[in-house]
Amino acid sequence: MIAELGHFALVMALVVATLQAIAPLYLARTAPDTALAIAMRASFIQFALVLLAFAALTYGFVRSDFSLAVVFANSHIAKPLIYKIAGVWGNHEGSMLLWVLIVAAYGAAYARFTDIKDGFAARVLIVQGWLGVAFLAFLLFTSNPFARLLPAPFSGQGLTPILQDPALAAHPPLLYAGYVGFSMAYAFALAALTGADDGGNWARRMRPWILTAWIFLTLGIALGSYWAYYELGWGGFWFWDPVENASLMPWLAGTALLHSALVAEKRDTLKRWTLLLAIITFALSLSGTFLVRSGVLTSVHAFANDPERGLFILAILGGFSLVGFILYGLRLPRFAADKPFQPVSREGLLLVNNIFLATATVTVFLGTIYPLILDALGMGKISVGAPYFNAVFAPLTIPFALLLPLGPLLNWREGRLKPLQNSLALAAGLAVLVTCGIMLTRSVAHGGSSLMIIALFAVALWLLFGASLDLAQRLAPYRSRLTQFWRLPASAFSAPLAHAGLAVMLLGILAATQWREEIVVAAAPNQQIDIAGIALRYDGLREIDGPNYRAEQARLTYLTGRHQGTHIFPERRFYEAERAQTTEAAITTDLTGHLYAVVGETSGDKRVLRVWYHPYVAFIWLGALLMALGGSFALVTRLKRA
Amino acid sequence: MARWLLFCLLLASPAYALDPGEALVDPVLETRARALSQELRCMVCQNQSIDDSDAPLAKDLRVFVRARLLAGDSDVDIRAAVVERYGEFALFRPRIAPHTMVLWAMPLLILLCGGFFAWRLVGKTARQNTSTPPQ
Repeated sequence: MIAELGHFALVMALVVATLQAIAPLYLARTAPDTALAIAMRASFIQFALVLLAFAALTYGFVRSDFSLAVVFANSHIAKPLIYKIAGVWGNHEGSMLLWVLIVAAYGAAYARFTDIKDGFAARVLIVQGWLGVAFLAFLLFTSNPFARLLPAPFSGQGLTPILQDPALAAHPPLLYAGYVGFSMAYAFALAALTGADDGGNWARRMRPWILTAWIFLTLGIALGSYWAYYELGWGGFWFWDPVENASLMPWLAGTALLHSALVAEKRDTLKRWTLLLAIITFALSLSGTFLVRSGVLTSVHAFANDPERGLFILAILGGFSLVGFILYGLRLPRFAADKPFQPVSREGLLLVNNIFLATATVTVFLGTIYPLILDALGMGKISVGAPYFNAVFAPLTIPFALLLPLGPLLNWREGRLKPLQNSLALAAGLAVLVTCGIMLTRSVAHGGSSLMIIALFAVALWLLFGASLDLAQRLAPYRSRLTQFWRLPASAFSAPLAHAGLAVMLLGILAATQWREEIVVAAAPNQQIDIAGIALRYDGLREIDGPNYRAEQARLTYLTGRHQGTHIFPERRFYEAERAQTTEAAITTDLTGHLYAVVGETSGDKRVLRVWYHPYVAFIWLGALLMALGGSFALVTRLKRA
Repeated sequence: MARWLLFCLLLASPAYALDPGEALVDPVLETRARALSQELRCMVCQNQSIDDSDAPLAKDLRVFVRARLLAGDSDVDIRAAVVERYGEFALFRPRIAPHTMVLWAMPLLILLCGGFFAWRLVGKTARQNTSTPPQ
């Protein structure tokens, strides 16, 4: 009954979305106020209906209603409650329902919070309406989450154990809020293209929304990376897997968009490029969905590679991109050509930022689809993996990070380097000095580093000091009340924090990949294991019972150092209902590094133990958090001003 | 998109490789072996290098690589031998060859195109500045 109600709500949502997509179009000329009023009401109602459907499905999962096909296939009575709830989006149908919910939420949020109620706002909501129609139709016609099973099975098949992790609760919603958020970029671009050139005002209205999407996507990707790090059992944090690349592409394009929209808004130039970038960013978000859901990738991992669904999503992707690009081509002449500008200026450096980020986006795109293209052309099967991306990204990062700190330090229009000379020299000198220090102290234990690695360390530090300079410059007018930090303007922290975040992330990646230590031993109880100057003792193994699994739990004891005397417990879990096993690494977190221990299989009467030391690895996610924090400060600034 | 897809895949083979006793005694050779292993694809897994995979085939290949290193082969020889066995699909770093030209050249090309676009914008400023003297 509840499920039927949910199903009915979805159908009604489709009807309302259709109304939102079409009615205002007809009324836009004759009765613009009515058109906007309809679009706004429809987006509220659409959101309410999808929320109702979502609640109905959640109810089905919590009550373990196995007459629902999706609950049967992905849940089990013995599963803890949090995974019953998070399990709603731990499958194809439920995750697409979440997607639709977020599409509707963005539309409703825009209708609620937009400060200017005009034709532009109506057009944004019309585009959101069309998106609602497309994805609701996809959900209802190919992936109905409310399909019933008759007779209802007695028990469910359970959720893949590796998904039974607290991260499942946050990772997909964050990621989707990012992907779907970039639909706002698309909607704004289309609304701008169908109106007159308003001197970049559309870019001003777009920025808080793409900032929101960007913050969510940053957090979503970072959480996914951290999840993989602790779950996959050896501490890798990025695999250049097609699924990851699918999330990285809209992130890179979206980052470029954030910066170019700033130029469009402040300087009324680069508008054509910004519009194109907005359309591309959303197209990349959609193609991420397509690549993952359709089964075109050779590394399709698991659920839901149904060709019918793939075709449907391809049609959505093709349709929206095509409309976007055609409108772009038709309406572009109405937008003034770019006003030329000085190379040494903030906009000049922002243009450089866009060139590098565009190159990075194309590189990831090409690396992901190149094997598919070659295969389709019958030119052989090749693989493009981490070594390729590292080979391209490392040399690309150096000039990018070298130029980056200059951007925020320079003025708009005409920047002058001369007054900055001394502080820049100081930052560069410090970066070189610290790099030398790092290299000298580390080369004793780890041997020398390649020139590329040394250069990357140096530019990462330069980036960090450059961001500090930027912060100092922004706070200079408030020198007298620095201690009253709550009275300082949020805007002063946005760019410095985000840029420092990139620096911190780079440092984390470099340290963790360069100085990682690893030891693999077949250990007998009471055997000592030494790694990275830490001595551990393997105490032995015992069996324990979890809520829906059994586990073998090893105990290791720190014999030295800060954690002396404490124990860690790596596990191997066996999930009965799902007939699968997982490894749960034991990780000791310090800011300076993670000790990462995994218990393996038996080897005679001994146990294989794998222990890693990942120096400064936490900096990677700390950097991402700083970026998101910087974005949040920018958002707060914008909301206050609005 | 959804990281858990990756998880589902890797579930079949929890990712840790290199059994005790596999490693070579000579640290220089072992370092080369690890570097090579990270560039070779495990043929039966999805997107894992033989260094990360504990599939039997990956183990065989790791042993093979180390045996060839002990026999004094160069990295290039070993890669060629692996390609001969399994095809180019086994290389995570595609060879620079006519059919991978676009892949390797495109990033530079995009960078140059962007640079050209920027140069034109900036060039216009310079021309404007010379034609209209500052007021």
